[in-house]
Amino acid sequence: MDAESLLLSLELASGSGQGLSPDRRASLLTSLTLVKRDYRYDRVLFWGRILGLVADYYIAQGLSEDQLAPRKTLYRGRGRKLGNQDPGDVVGSLNCMEWSLLPPATEEMVVQTSVLKGRFMGDPSHEYEHTELQKMSEGEKVFEEEVVVQIKEETRLVSVIDQIDKAVAVIPRGALFKTPFGPIHVNRTFEGLSLSEAKKLSSYFHFKEPVELKNKTLLEKADLDPSLDFMDPLEHDIPKGSWSIQMERGNALVVLRSLLWPGLTFFHAPRTKNYGYIYVGTGEKNIDLPFML
Amino acid sequence: MEDLTSPKQDKKNQELGEARRPWEEIAASSQDPKSGLSEPLEPEQWLETGPQPRSGPPQSPQSRASPPLDDVTGPGAPSPPSPAPEASFIPSTLALARQQLAAPWQSDRTTDVNPKAETPHSHRLEQSSDQGKSTAPQTCQSEGDIFQQSQQTERHLYGPEDVSNNNSKQKELRFNIFQEEDSNSNYELDHTESGVSEGAPSPLEIAIQSAKAYLLKTSSKSGLNLYDHLSDMLTKVLDERPENAVDIIESISQDVKMAHFRKKLDTLQNENEMLPIYETAEKQKALFLQGNLEGVDQELEDEIAENSLPNVMESAFYFEQAGVGLGTDETYRIFLALKQLTDTHPIQRCRFWGKILGLEMNYIVAEVEFREGEDEEDVEDEDVTEERDDGDSDAEENDEDELPRTFYKTPQVIPKEENRTGANKYVYFVCNEPGGTWVKLPPVTPAQIVTARKIKKFFTGRLETPIVSYPPFPGNESNYLRAQIARISAGTHVSPLGFYQFGEEEGEEEEEVEGRRDSFEENPDFEGIQVIDLVESLSNWVHHVQHILPQGRCNWFNPIQKSEEEEEEEDEEKEEEKEEPEYMEQEVGPPLLTPISEDLEIQNMPPWTTRLSSTLIPQYAIAILRSNLWPGAYAFSNGKDSALTGWASSMEQ
Repeated sequence: MDAESLLLSLELASGSGQGLSPDRRASLLTSLTLVKRDYRYDRVLFWGRILGLVADYYIAQGLSEDQLAPRKTLYRGRGRKLGNQDPGDVVGSLNCMEWSLLPPATEEMVVQTSVLKGRFMGDPSHEYEHTELQKMSEGEKVFEEEVVVQIKEETRLVSVIDQIDKAVAVIPRGALFKTPFGPIHVNRTFEGLSLSEAKKLSSYFHFKEPVELKNKTLLEKADLDPSLDFMDPLEHDIPKGSWSIQMERGNALVVLRSLLWPGLTFFHAPRTKNYGYIYVGTGEKNIDLPFML
Repeated sequence: MEDLTSPKQDKKNQELGEARRPWEEIAASSQDPKSGLSEPLEPEQWLETGPQPRSGPPQSPQSRASPPLDDVTGPGAPSPPSPAPEASFIPSTLALARQQLAAPWQSDRTTDVNPKAETPHSHRLEQSSDQGKSTAPQTCQSEGDIFQQSQQTERHLYGPEDVSNNNSKQKELRFNIFQEEDSNSNYELDHTESGVSEGAPSPLEIAIQSAKAYLLKTSSKSGLNLYDHLSDMLTKVLDERPENAVDIIESISQDVKMAHFRKKLDTLQNENEMLPIYETAEKQKALFLQGNLEGVDQELEDEIAENSLPNVMESAFYFEQAGVGLGTDETYRIFLALKQLTDTHPIQRCRFWGKILGLEMNYIVAEVEFREGEDEEDVEDEDVTEERDDGDSDAEENDEDELPRTFYKTPQVIPKEENRTGANKYVYFVCNEPGGTWVKLPPVTPAQIVTARKIKKFFTGRLETPIVSYPPFPGNESNYLRAQIARISAGTHVSPLGFYQFGEEEGEEEEEVEGRRDSFEENPDFEGIQVIDLVESLSNWVHHVQHILPQGRCNWFNPIQKSEEEEEEEDEEKEEEKEEPEYMEQEVGPPLLTPISEDLEIQNMPPWTTRLSSTLIPQYAIAILRSNLWPGAYAFSNGKDSALTGWASSMEQ
């Protein structure tokens, strides 16, 4: 959700039950504006919160002018007070104000961390130990040896955020538009979806580079508006029914919840410009989804 | 300062013979607001425009009103290279505008502003149609400013800046054409650069007229013409002044087109879409009105005496500190819905248990304890079904005498626990949203709990949905919901050590076999535990709901006892067999009020996570306990006052 409309967005997303406590909210408001200034982002999004055993991670993302360019991800651990730190000091204290930049996710990171299961610890320097059987060849002998691979929690955090973004970050149709030169801009005349559109899954897109768009038939492509329909819609997600779409407060708010990554909530107030998504959860994919439907 | 004003006024007086009189009318009527605006206008313009080398006799105060018009347009001629034609050009366009406006100009300018603004705009367009549209908006802006001044003062300041970006050359060309066309106004321009005389229509004029005719051609499909559409679009742009208008001009065009059609279908669409909102609002309004019943005074006393409703808002405040919550107004509506529940049913104690998310709708769950003797309704139904089962099994046995008898006996159906004991200690009501009707969930049977442990399904939000799963679940969604609620309560309802203590029981010795104590009560001597202690050590928290055995009940039921008939028939061998299972099947769970530090770990993960709500202000922080087994189950404690211990489970499944 946009850092500028943080309070309103949190209120609208509160139907899922998980939100932020008042002191976190207050500290986020201040620190996100500072982040925007320091890193010179065009927009800062508060991505959400990953719950860990010892501490939680608060994640924010910064966007540049081009909305679909790779986003920079920042995290903030809850930290512990170090000695005589002044809580008002943004830089010095680890306690709730400092944001650290995460490295961008790579394919090998995702593969490496896919073996890790269980909850996050909450300590970014924690190392998971994973034993792998690797084939080692010495001369003519080929034998398998157990190798203990250590994976840092930070890597895992990066890959989980990346996976969640690729899988379930949502944006309504019409909120972004593509210019002929390439960069993608926020659509200032986006007035919100109408009520009938808001109830359909096809009016929501994945907020990432399109994957399936090229595979569409020509007939389907003819109906698309190239400046608006340049991302994959949610409609054809597998498994079917992995999104729960609900109207709250009568028809005044539409809430999409992902069942694949439980904890991701997308909200939109039809006919207004308010929309956003937030992830509050443990960072675990729900692999039992096909059985649960 | 006067230099600039005076030459303009000079030209005006010279040039606008006829136009002046009607315009003066306008000026007189509009003098007050305009004079008010001229002050902010002037400094802005003097910045923009350079001094112009002209002088003229000072003007009369009557024409003072004209300067605002001039001043606004003055910056339209900022660039030194050709000040003359531009300066005179703008007033001439103004002149035309005024002429057009003179007749229909009424006292209430504001209402007629937009339509009036359109006509000069279209007029401008007409003249500059073959010169491109870029200059038209500039002048039109100045026109628009005047007429809409009462609403948008800022635009006056904005206008000059835009106009100043104009291309002077284009203006010159326009000016030339304008001269040819304008046969109405009799002004003579001393500074004209072209010497085209008025008179016979030139080829250029014919070209303009044919271009205009083309623009006015009506489309066969939609009945619009390009001319009107462009003028509408430009009006809209000038009214709304969006940023980077050129980038979004296509969507503006679409919006204008759609605006034509929207009016006809308006009423139909709105009705269909807005209905659900209104219905929900009506239902919730009923919630708020329920307090206005007859005999209010008596009811108030009764309510205060009974005190069965918990303070949901207070608990919600503490949960909010933990970052868990449904939003203040939603919580308040739930509060009112709970009150409605307590008013309609005879309830001893009621508590907001939590909210369960479903695919289509969500459930709001209330945990309720009925008053003594109030909930006997469902018990009879269960007995009936049990009898029927016994009848069936008898019939089967008769048939089996002829066929080889199987030794397999279906496992005894373990009866559900009585109401008010064990897993059925509380009755649960659910509703889909606050304001909806509360539905009572049926009591849970051990078979349902056992199966519920093996399956994992999402809730849809409708209670009658069948649960399709393997192993097959005996019941529909309401039963599954009840089973899950029972499991969650047993697993996650905790309180600080010492908050509850065992009550005095009469038959303690008899229950030693099962080793279980059923009831507890609040400890009046509870002194509270420090919040830090609560956070650091899990042994300070205890479960206060009975653990559910693998059998599916809280109190172990010995299935062997009931089959007395068979005991008599069988030999000792069978007895031995029975004894063994009897020995092995005694299921023991942790007794009530065991500390949660004894909970099993899940996949190398501690079952609970503790947190202080705020590290910045520790003296008022509360301890928060979060279950790792059931994501969404939270407990908090203030540590000082026993009444503030609470818990809620909002499961996301």
